[in-house]
Amino acid sequence: MKKGKALLEVKGLRVAVAGNEILKGVDLTIRDGEVHAIMGPNGSGKSTLAQVLAGHPAYTVLAGTAQYEGKDLLDMKPEERARAGVFLAFQYPVEVRGITNSYFLRSALNALRRERGEPELDPIDFLQVLEAKLKSIGWDDSMMNRPVNEGFSGGEKKRNEILQLAVLEPRLAILDETDSGLDIDALRTVAEAVNQLRNPKRAFLIVTHYQRLLNYITPDVVHVLADGRIVRSGGPELAQELEAKGYDWLRDGVMVS
Amino acid sequence: MAVEHLVGAYHAWASNGAANAPAWLKTLRDTGISRFSELGFPNMKQEAWRFTSVAPIAESSFELAKPASALPSLEAIAPFLLDDETSHRLVFVNGFFAPSLSLLSADGVRVESLAQALADRPEIVQAHLCKYAASQDRPFCALNTAFVREGAFVHVPAKAVVPKPIQLLFLAVPGKSQQIVMHPRNLVVIDREARASVVETYAALEPEVYWTNSVTEVVVGDGARIDYHRVQRESARAYHVAATQTHQGRDSTIHLHTVAFGGALSRHDIGTVLAGPGGTLILNGLYLLAGRQHADHHTTIDHAADHCESHEYFNGVLDGHSRGVFTGRIIVRPGAQKTDSKQTNNNLLLSTDAHADSQPQLEIYADDVKCTHGSTVGPLDPRALFYMRSRGITEDQARRLLTYGFAAEILGRMEVALLRAQLDRIVRDRLAAV
Repeated sequence: MKKGKALLEVKGLRVAVAGNEILKGVDLTIRDGEVHAIMGPNGSGKSTLAQVLAGHPAYTVLAGTAQYEGKDLLDMKPEERARAGVFLAFQYPVEVRGITNSYFLRSALNALRRERGEPELDPIDFLQVLEAKLKSIGWDDSMMNRPVNEGFSGGEKKRNEILQLAVLEPRLAILDETDSGLDIDALRTVAEAVNQLRNPKRAFLIVTHYQRLLNYITPDVVHVLADGRIVRSGGPELAQELEAKGYDWLRDGVMVS
Repeated sequence: MAVEHLVGAYHAWASNGAANAPAWLKTLRDTGISRFSELGFPNMKQEAWRFTSVAPIAESSFELAKPASALPSLEAIAPFLLDDETSHRLVFVNGFFAPSLSLLSADGVRVESLAQALADRPEIVQAHLCKYAASQDRPFCALNTAFVREGAFVHVPAKAVVPKPIQLLFLAVPGKSQQIVMHPRNLVVIDREARASVVETYAALEPEVYWTNSVTEVVVGDGARIDYHRVQRESARAYHVAATQTHQGRDSTIHLHTVAFGGALSRHDIGTVLAGPGGTLILNGLYLLAGRQHADHHTTIDHAADHCESHEYFNGVLDGHSRGVFTGRIIVRPGAQKTDSKQTNNNLLLSTDAHADSQPQLEIYADDVKCTHGSTVGPLDPRALFYMRSRGITEDQARRLLTYGFAAEILGRMEVALLRAQLDRIVRDRLAAV
């Protein structure tokens, strides 16, 4: 595989939440356009890695670095990371009462546009952008005038995250267990949209417990995270192997790196 | 003592200004004042007043309002009007009807001052006045009844549809010489299968001290519908005590919206009775308080018949040292089977000195019913803050947006678009939101 420029370079990252060390030294390099999958058993630190990269305030970085486009990612506020092109699709998208999805998304997009020195979009211009995006991923606008995630089904919430990804056009999209709680049809819908959004300028970090999402989104690299460390990395076939063997073998200390 | 002072004022008024009233009205008034004098002002030992002290009212002396020496201009009151969207408008200044500021139309719907209705064709007034808002254990309602004289009277006959809202505007122009009290009394009667919407607004042009003690009775016949909007934008130094009592018939619908922005101390008792089967009630309220404002909403939804639905939503946004009190009593009477009742009260505390009390009270005497309630009191949800920030929105903007959303959720349910836009603007200004 032809190697692009390093977009994200994580070295020796150690992270604690509420005094417990969850990540115990993570090294990870993601280049432009690459799709990386992080797999691992419950409690291995997958979601922590996703959240800490997005800047969740509950996590404390104990040691290590994360360079994003050559900048110190860990020194940036969550909104600064978003404006620099980092996007986290939440495992549990949050309900926001009283704010419509379309108003929220326009506020977010305008925040990014301001950062890039582009003019803000008024509601009418935004609607055009939105409709183009919806069309490109084959969805309708039924979720747009409802309050953000309020009363959404599990599938709608996850789709809404992907829609935000489509509109905000990040350079690094982190998907935190986007497949959890989805039935097979919803999973396929989401995966197809993600595939539409793949391009050489956009990298993905896909955090998942199950291999099935990777049947639809083929990763370039698969990492196995166990007990706060990446214990093995490989190609897509590693996901198949995990599916066949489960995660138990990791706990037995049989690590091959 | 203020009680004696008010009783004295009543007797002076009854023997002079109100001496020509018909006997039935005199009886109502006399009953009102004697009940008030027996009850006196409520105190915090009483369950219904646990969180609200009316001492600032009881310990002051208020004079019965007189007509303002000069009426405000239409331009001055424009911010409170819904010009393009009103079919009728009644404006009251210091509790007195101001025809020159009002807008009347002869369309078969009676929208007139209560004094006029009492003088002309009192039958419908007599049939309904004081039949719904109980004074027995409510001193302020009793006091209002003692001084029944003026207010709005609306009567929409059977099957009539009033396409645009009817606006009732109560303006206080107290002047600086003395503190005044007004007792507006409103009666809204919607006959069967009729439809109307009403906007009842209380406001002041200057930040003066005064006391509004209003009572509104709303009667909705079988198959009728009313969208009732009540806006309390009193002066930030005013006292506002009010009761809204609704009574609805079979298969009728009431959407009752209420917002409280003003007043140093405000108390609003909202009582609703679903008297016939198949009725629908939406009770939708917002209180937005700052400084040392205190607002108490005391709501009672009485499911007296079967197959009725009620949805109650109250949101409070509390800043500074303000205090919001919400009591949500829901009664499901024996036989009111298939009742579907939902209640939520969410309070957002924007400062560590703000305080909210939320008390659901469910009294269910039927077995085949669905009743749910939930209440929250707390600061902005940190998860929502992070969610917004992770999309590029600054923390400051995220806070304002989330706070705005709290209010917008309530405003979004209101039917009158122009009013919704006006209130939305006020909320945005108050929160310095985007």
